[in-house]
Amino acid sequence: MIKASNLKIGYDHKIVVDGFGFALERGEIVSLIGPNGSGKSTVLKVLSRLMDKLGGAVYLDGHDIHKLPTREVAKRLSVLSQYNISPPDFTVEELVGYGRLPHRKWYECRGSADEEIVRWALKETGLEKLSHRPVNSLSGGERQRAWIAMALAQKAEVLLLDEPTTYLDISHQLEVMELITGLNKEFGITIIMVLHDLNQAVRYSHRLVVIKDGRLFTQGEPKDVLTREMLRSVYNVEAEVVLDKRIGKPVFYPLGLACAKA
Amino acid sequence: MLAKRLELSRKELNPRLIKRLIVCACSLCLLGTVSLFSIRYGSVNYAVSEIIGAISAAEATTARTVIMNIRLPRTLIALMVGANLAVSGALLQSVMRNPLADPGLTGVSAGAGLAAVTIMLALPQLSRFVPIAAFLGGITAAFMVYLLAWKRGVDPIRIILAGVAVNAILGGGLALLSVLYSDRIQGVIMWLNGTVAGKSWYQVETLAPYSLIGLVAAMLCINTANVLQLGDEAAKSLGTRVNLARVMLSLVAAFLAGISVAIVGLIGFVGLVVPHISRLLVGTDYRFMLPVSAVLGATLLVMADTGARAVFSPVELPVGILMAIIGGPFFLYLLRKGGAYRV
Repeated sequence: MIKASNLKIGYDHKIVVDGFGFALERGEIVSLIGPNGSGKSTVLKVLSRLMDKLGGAVYLDGHDIHKLPTREVAKRLSVLSQYNISPPDFTVEELVGYGRLPHRKWYECRGSADEEIVRWALKETGLEKLSHRPVNSLSGGERQRAWIAMALAQKAEVLLLDEPTTYLDISHQLEVMELITGLNKEFGITIIMVLHDLNQAVRYSHRLVVIKDGRLFTQGEPKDVLTREMLRSVYNVEAEVVLDKRIGKPVFYPLGLACAKA
Repeated sequence: MLAKRLELSRKELNPRLIKRLIVCACSLCLLGTVSLFSIRYGSVNYAVSEIIGAISAAEATTARTVIMNIRLPRTLIALMVGANLAVSGALLQSVMRNPLADPGLTGVSAGAGLAAVTIMLALPQLSRFVPIAAFLGGITAAFMVYLLAWKRGVDPIRIILAGVAVNAILGGGLALLSVLYSDRIQGVIMWLNGTVAGKSWYQVETLAPYSLIGLVAAMLCINTANVLQLGDEAAKSLGTRVNLARVMLSLVAAFLAGISVAIVGLIGFVGLVVPHISRLLVGTDYRFMLPVSAVLGATLLVMADTGARAVFSPVELPVGILMAIIGGPFFLYLLRKGGAYRV
């Protein structure tokens, strides 16, 4: 569904990502992982056409995403940044309503079909009771859910998320992750996300893509990717990896740094 | 279908919407009252009945001459300019993601002013092109600010710094012109201070079509201005071509400010103060905020102009001076309030 080939990305003459490529099937959940500064958020921005690339291409169902009209892309793909701002008095419902924007002509107002979809998105994210509250008065987890509801109202087939659980406490982290995987299961929405928490990435993804220094380090199913060797060479961390029999996926316990950093 | 729509609109009548509609209605009433006052008061005061009599009268009485030829055009000019500047400021605040943006601070007014003064002083034979030149001058200044402030996006602080720099350059240009053409500067001084005095129907007829075009264009920008408030990345994710949107909104804002500057000169702070007042009253949604800004901008300038000729009567102050005196402290207040007021 999404295919990136030979991506080269840079800011201000500095190359951040080079020769990166991967492909994604419809209905998959893929997490991009890697250390700070490895370029994973940058890759996500280019995959979602928020940022331009220096070389290579991203294809959405065979079409170059950077050449498609951005509104057409917006009907099929939605992306949530790490930091989201909304004006102080926008209510949850209003924010979610903006998700309908790509489906309207620029002069059109919200129609009743839009209202229905907004209501549906609020229901799926469990925000019905909060729909008239200002977004900024919500807790971090609720706010994240409101933004996900906006992406849902966009009716996109692909959802890209940049660290959706950063700044959230553990219960809100799980709440967001369960919501995302639920949307994947129930509506077949394809998910690509950047995650920091490796155990969460393993737990909730079908596939992991590991980026190191702007290059694809490895990719595959979580049980093949999360290994002691990978943790040592990518994160410089010595860890014990065990198979959690209850979920059939590996978990890891960090033991310490592998060696002093040069 | 219609029944469904009606049902929908009834459901939407939540307290917030009602409040917003009341504010809209009240500000329109206020504008009407203030305009009436503006026509009544001056070196001679007229009662409302006299005004109605004068407007409907067939023969030329003194009252009719004063009201029709002096007061009415003046009030209409103040009204249009106020609306234009306020809407221009509101759009710039969305485009530059900066609560302190207005035509004055971003250099749009100064650019328009410099272009207009250049024509008035150096090329007086081209004076009918003053509105166009002012528009182009305003646009150029706005893009200078962008160029200076742009670095992977616009940063609110850099916008203000760039605005200060561009204003300084353009101010230097104005000063240079006034020295080079010191023999002709007299006629331009009042203009530089911003005044709606001595305007006739000719100026009303010049300004009205431009204002109409500009204000309609601004109303068409409402959805875009709203979505820009969600930040560049969210706006892009929603399919907005953010850079194009910025250019379009800036063009409309510079157009509105430029034509106003061309007619009345430099009047600051309307574009800064009014959008904030509207935001306090109806919130940040441009569907309400922009029309209310237009009405309140008109109200404020008509009021200020009435004040400007009443306070030191019989001496008339240029309304720009009065606006600076009212607006300066408000600007400082916004600066102090700072982050809490992010657009």
